[in-house]
Amino acid sequence: MSDDLTRISAAALADRLQAGEVSSVEATRAHLDRIAAVEPAVHAFLHVSDEDALATAADVDARRAAGETLHPLAGVPIAVKDVVVTRGVPTTAGSKILEGWVPPYDATLVERIKAAGLPILGKTNMDEFAMGSSTEHSAYGNTHNPWDLERIPGGSGGGSAAAVGAYEAPLAIGTDTGGSIRQPAAVTGTVGVKPTYGSVSRYGLIALASSLDQAGPVTRTVLDSALLHELIGGHDPRDSTSIAEPLPDLVGAARLGANGDLSGVRVGVITELQGEGYQAGVLARFHESLGLLERAGAEIVEVSCPHFTYALAAYYLILPAEASSNLAKFDGMRFGLRVEPSEGPVTAERVMAATRGQGFGDEVKRRIILGTYALSAGYYDAYYGSAQKVRTLIQRDFSAAFAQADVLVSPTAPTTAFKLGEKLDDPLAMYLNDVATIPANLAGVPGLSLPAGLSDDGLPVGFQVLAPAKADDRLYRVGAALEALLENEWGGPLLAQAPELEVAR
Amino acid sequence: MSTLSRDEVARVAGLARIDLTPDELDRLAGELDVIVESVARVSEIATPDVPATSHPLPLTNVFRADVPEPPVDRDAVLAAAPAARDGKFLVPQILGEDA
Repeated sequence: MSDDLTRISAAALADRLQAGEVSSVEATRAHLDRIAAVEPAVHAFLHVSDEDALATAADVDARRAAGETLHPLAGVPIAVKDVVVTRGVPTTAGSKILEGWVPPYDATLVERIKAAGLPILGKTNMDEFAMGSSTEHSAYGNTHNPWDLERIPGGSGGGSAAAVGAYEAPLAIGTDTGGSIRQPAAVTGTVGVKPTYGSVSRYGLIALASSLDQAGPVTRTVLDSALLHELIGGHDPRDSTSIAEPLPDLVGAARLGANGDLSGVRVGVITELQGEGYQAGVLARFHESLGLLERAGAEIVEVSCPHFTYALAAYYLILPAEASSNLAKFDGMRFGLRVEPSEGPVTAERVMAATRGQGFGDEVKRRIILGTYALSAGYYDAYYGSAQKVRTLIQRDFSAAFAQADVLVSPTAPTTAFKLGEKLDDPLAMYLNDVATIPANLAGVPGLSLPAGLSDDGLPVGFQVLAPAKADDRLYRVGAALEALLENEWGGPLLAQAPELEVAR
Repeated sequence: MSTLSRDEVARVAGLARIDLTPDELDRLAGELDVIVESVARVSEIATPDVPATSHPLPLTNVFRADVPEPPVDRDAVLAAAPAARDGKFLVPQILGEDA
C-alpha cells in the first residue's frame, strides 16, 4: 500500500484513519500540500480553505481519540463544486456576477458533510452556472486535464474531476444537469455518479435547471462514490422534490459487484448511443468492456431508444427555459454584483440590465436569451411545449428498454478530451459532448461513468451505466464489477497510467 | 423554421434584462439562429397525441409541519448585498421618471 496519503482511495484512507494509523490532520495536510504543488498547473480550485479544513481535521482527531463513534468517512477530505453554497466560504458558481459573495447558509449536502466530519478543502472550478462541457466558460480561467494540461477536463464540473484525478482530493461533489458529473469523469479517467433525480437534496444548489439538476459524487473508485452518495443522499424536507424513501444499499451493492460476478444481470446496449460521431478508440474500449461483462455472466442485449436522437434538441430548449427563470434572481439587488448604467436614469430595471450585461459571460447570455425566446409569446408551443413532449417520448423509451434489461450502457462521451479552445467558438459542437448523458437527466434516471481504458490517443474513455429511477444500487453493482475486471487486466487503476504532473516546490 | 434576426435578439435580450453591446448582438444573432434551427426539430415528433412532461418523476404536493424555524440570519444576508441601510436592502428607484 502506498505511503502517499493522496494516492489511496477514500475507503482505504477511512480505514487507516479508523485504525489510528494516520490522523486526519496528516491526511488533510498531505492534500493541501498536493494542492499547493499542482494548482499552478491544474487550476481545479477557485478557493482553498486551508484553515477550516485543518480545524475540522483536528476536531475529528480529538473526537476519535476521545473514543467517540464517528461517521466512517470522518476525517477524509473533500472538495465541493462552487455551485453549492457554503456558509462563510465564497461561492461564485464560476460567475463574475457572484464574485466575492459569501453565502449566509449551507446547502443540505454541505451540512451532512460537515456533520460527518469531512474537512472541506475548498471550492472547485466550473463552467459559469454549470453551463458548459469544458469548464472554459468559467469566469476565473481554465482548469487543465491532469492527463494532458493542454486539454479540457470536461464540464461543467471540470474542477471537481481534475481535483480528484490529480490527487488533490480523494472525494469531490459535482452536479449533473446534462452530464456535468459523468462527462468530466470520462475525460479525466475518474468515476462520477448522477443519482436518481431527488436522491440527493438540491437545497443550497445554485439552480441551473430545476427539473434536471442533481448533485452527486466525484471519486476515483466506484466504492468511494457509493460511500459518498450514502452520506449526501436521502430525504430532505427542505427540497420538495426530494424522494421521501430510504436510499437503496449502495455500499453493499458496490461490495457485491466487486466480486466480479454478474450472473443473471441483463445489460442493454443502446443502439442510438454508438456509431456515427463516436471516436473509434472510444467504441473499441466500450466493446471490450462489454466482452468483460459478458464473461462475468451478464447477458448482453441490444435495445433501441429511437427518440434519444431528439434528446439534445429537447434539452437545449428545456434547460435554457428553466435557466432563464432561475437566473432572473441575479438582478443586482440582493447579492453579488451591482452595475449602474453609465448614462441615463438609474432605475432598478436599468441597473438589472447593466449588471447582467457585465456580470454574465457569453454562454450564460446565449442560453438565457435562447430560453427567454423559447418561452416567449408565439413560440412557446412550438419550442418549449414540443420539447416537453419529447421528454415524454424519451421516458417511454427508457421504460421499454428497462423492461428488457436491468441496466443500460453506452460510452459516456463520444470523444476523449479535446484541446482547450478547440470548440469554444462553436456552441453546437460543444453541446454534442453531452449527447449520451442528457437522456438520463430528461428522464430522472441515475447514471454512472467509470474509466474503460485509453483511446488511440492515449486519453481516458468513459463507460456509462444507466439504471431505472430509484435503482441506483444497480449502477454500483455493475460499475464495481466492471472496475474490478478492468483493473485486473490493467494490473491497477487506470489513473496509475497518467503522466506525473510537474509539481511546484 | 424561423430565423432569428438581430432585431429579434435585441428584443428578447430586453425581455431578459441583459444589456448587449452591438458586437455581442451581431455574434449572438448568428449563433442563436443556428441553435434555434437545430433544436426546432423537436416539433417533428411532438404530435398532438403525446402528453407533455414537465418533471422527471411523478410528484405530489408536500407540506412541512407548521412549526416555526429560525430564518437565515438577516445581518449575514445584508452583509452580502450590494447595498444595505437600516436593516434593509438599499435599491435604486423602482420606477422610471415617466411612470
